[in-house]
Amino acid sequence: MRGIVALPLAALALAGCTVPAFGAKKGVTRTAQSTYHLWQGFSIGAVVIGAFVIVLVIYAVLRYRRRSDEIPPQSQYHIPMEMLYTIVPILIVFGLFAATIVVENQVVANPRSPVTIDVNAFQWGWKFTYPGSDAVVVGQTTQNPTMVMPVDTSVHINLTSTDVLHGFYVPEFNFSRYALPGVKNQFTFYAVDRGTFAGQCTQLCGLYHSLMYFRVKVVSPAQYQTWLASFTNGAAAAAAAKATGQQTSSVVPSKSTSSHGAQ
Amino acid sequence: MVDVLEHPGVIVDHGHEEHHGPSGILKWLTSTDHKVIGLSYTITSVIMLVIGGAFAEIIRAQLASPNGTLVSFAQYNELFTMHGSVMIYLFAGPFAFAALANFIVPIQIGAPDMAFPRLNALSYWLYLTGSITMLSGFFVAGGAANFGWVAYAPLSNSANTPGAGADLWIGALLLTGFSAIFSGVNLCATIFYLRAPGMTMFRMPIFTWNLLITAILILLAFPVLTAGLIMLYCDRHFGTHIFSVNGGGVPVLWQHIFWFWGHPEVYILALPFFGMATEIIAVFSRKPVFGYKGMVFATISIGALSLGVWAHHMFTTGVVLLPFFSIMSLLIAVPTGIKIFNWIGTMWRGQIWFSTAMLMALGFLTTFLIGGLTGIYLASPPLDFFTHDTYFVVAHFHSVVMALVFAGMGGLYYWGPKITGYLLNERLGKIQFWFLLIGTNLFTLPQYLLGLEGMPRRVAVYPHDPQWKNLNDWSSIGAALIGVSTVIFVINVVHSWKKYPAGDNPWDAQTLEWFTTSPPPHHNFYRLPQIRSERPTWDYNHPEHRSLGHGNHAPAHDEAPDEVPVA
Repeated sequence: MRGIVALPLAALALAGCTVPAFGAKKGVTRTAQSTYHLWQGFSIGAVVIGAFVIVLVIYAVLRYRRRSDEIPPQSQYHIPMEMLYTIVPILIVFGLFAATIVVENQVVANPRSPVTIDVNAFQWGWKFTYPGSDAVVVGQTTQNPTMVMPVDTSVHINLTSTDVLHGFYVPEFNFSRYALPGVKNQFTFYAVDRGTFAGQCTQLCGLYHSLMYFRVKVVSPAQYQTWLASFTNGAAAAAAAKATGQQTSSVVPSKSTSSHGAQ
Repeated sequence: MVDVLEHPGVIVDHGHEEHHGPSGILKWLTSTDHKVIGLSYTITSVIMLVIGGAFAEIIRAQLASPNGTLVSFAQYNELFTMHGSVMIYLFAGPFAFAALANFIVPIQIGAPDMAFPRLNALSYWLYLTGSITMLSGFFVAGGAANFGWVAYAPLSNSANTPGAGADLWIGALLLTGFSAIFSGVNLCATIFYLRAPGMTMFRMPIFTWNLLITAILILLAFPVLTAGLIMLYCDRHFGTHIFSVNGGGVPVLWQHIFWFWGHPEVYILALPFFGMATEIIAVFSRKPVFGYKGMVFATISIGALSLGVWAHHMFTTGVVLLPFFSIMSLLIAVPTGIKIFNWIGTMWRGQIWFSTAMLMALGFLTTFLIGGLTGIYLASPPLDFFTHDTYFVVAHFHSVVMALVFAGMGGLYYWGPKITGYLLNERLGKIQFWFLLIGTNLFTLPQYLLGLEGMPRRVAVYPHDPQWKNLNDWSSIGAALIGVSTVIFVINVVHSWKKYPAGDNPWDAQTLEWFTTSPPPHHNFYRLPQIRSERPTWDYNHPEHRSLGHGNHAPAHDEAPDEVPVA
């Protein structure tokens, strides 16, 4: 029963110092950071409950190891105790659910956004189209096509797939979403930090799934406008090559690109 | 003839029934005895465990380098597909509900056999042919199935995955699916109709209770998978467009069908192992199962909730109702928590005997705790969004299934003596346990971190992220230690072969299977004790130490009126 006393104490101790990351990334978008805080909350619960159970198990194992052939009391029920460990978990679960709902509503919200990017996944690459401009970025496997987006701006993503399922995953955004054929998945990013972040397909999509990389480059709004403008004046191809050409050596035999073409 | 002993301590032994039948290979081929079939299932499924484990070791070896070249991308996709398929469809499921269950459940309830012995034999032969069918994929042109063990459409259609390997995979699942359905029918009928006099529902051991709930889940879930597989086959070969967009189909429908089977399946796998751990912990603590009735209700709740959580595998599709599936999934933590506290309560104030079986049950408890707690994260959609399809999820379900391996190993050490009449070597068993415990945690814990770093599952190489090599190497060392523990188990079986006679009840156990001989005779019993609780053998051996009623009071008097004995 000492554990029940230890529980709020542990929570206090954790609240007193900086809450650790528990292995996760803080993230570079607003929703990524909300998700990160939810992660921390869940982790505190998991660590406290896990430690409590482990302590009970270790105590039982050490204290009640066999010392004689005497038969122990054959007690089988303790209704108040059983009620306690039914009701308390239910309360914890509803607490976790409430926190989940708050963050979830934030993550799946689709506010009106000044910038829209159409993301199309295909075997085995990505195509980023910017409606209202001539900007198109396309690349496959280790070519690392790069999705450029402005910082401190709400960016609306329309995600589709041309063939099988893919997973659009940016670890620093603490977010992933399936690209489904025949479905337009919509979500919004609001990046708060600039930088270039790795992305990768997470849903098995066939032979070269392992190499279906992309990047997300978060730039200032002014840089973003300059970048968009570079696609007009017929310079699209050059700009696209500039944005995607960091690594042109590919493990994939080139014939697999033929069906998707180099737009 | 089976006699019910009217008074504990008095043995009324009528003439032994001799059974004459074929022996050797002919016995194995023709038997409808649940004990022979159960043993066949046990051996076959453990062989599948070894095969699936070998695939895993190759996968881990491939990941030892960021640019691993041990196998090609195509071979890698086949390997993880077949690793998952063999482990889930051919090892964990059959081992859970048809191996030890087949052997033990009828004896635990005092039945002479399963309700439908021939159907039971058919189940086994369907399972064996299904297993061979699936593995034969490696020997056809194009290789084995390579679309993951979940076969998501439209990757699994004939355009994206041509070749016979995929069709053999579908055929294998149809065969093993019917095998499972027949096992479910058989278990339900046996448990409902063949209980011995006095064996009321609330005197059934927890293992039998869990198998009953498992069997009901099988009947609710497996037909859906079977129907889905037929649809998938029609899409592949008969020009339907059920799961393909061109033609008006819906790819996500496959996921709904698959996970409507797939999540109950998780509990179809888990509940029998929970039951094994429960029996072991009670016996080696020399106490009754703490909160027996709460345990039963917790199992029923898990079974009921498991039918309403399938779409938590689909949070990131963006096309499911998140809050409903989130709260249903979170709620499963409640009955699961009740079970964990009941296991601790069973040990509390006991006299714990650290046999190999008990150590394995403790390994189960701690490993399952980690798998269970990380499962709670995944029930929360925002947290699932950034861990889905990463190594975090891989680590989560490997914590869970490795916990089941602990419980299964415990079951083999615990019931093996009843099945064969001989004990396994305890010293080797304990060495095996420590390899398994260290190996499992070394294997799973780095994978949680890899997932949080962003490593996706099902990748053969990670050329952009060489910093992941370190954690991958720790995980691979863990996998190797698990492999060593399996080898020690096989050595133990060979070493202990007919060496240490067990006697009828080597563990001072509690349930009916320990009342009969080891191995039990044809039709299981020469005699039965009075059944007044869920542990008739204990009551018979320790009449002065019956279970205490609610609130730790003095022993209850004969609570229920005696059942009328039948001759």
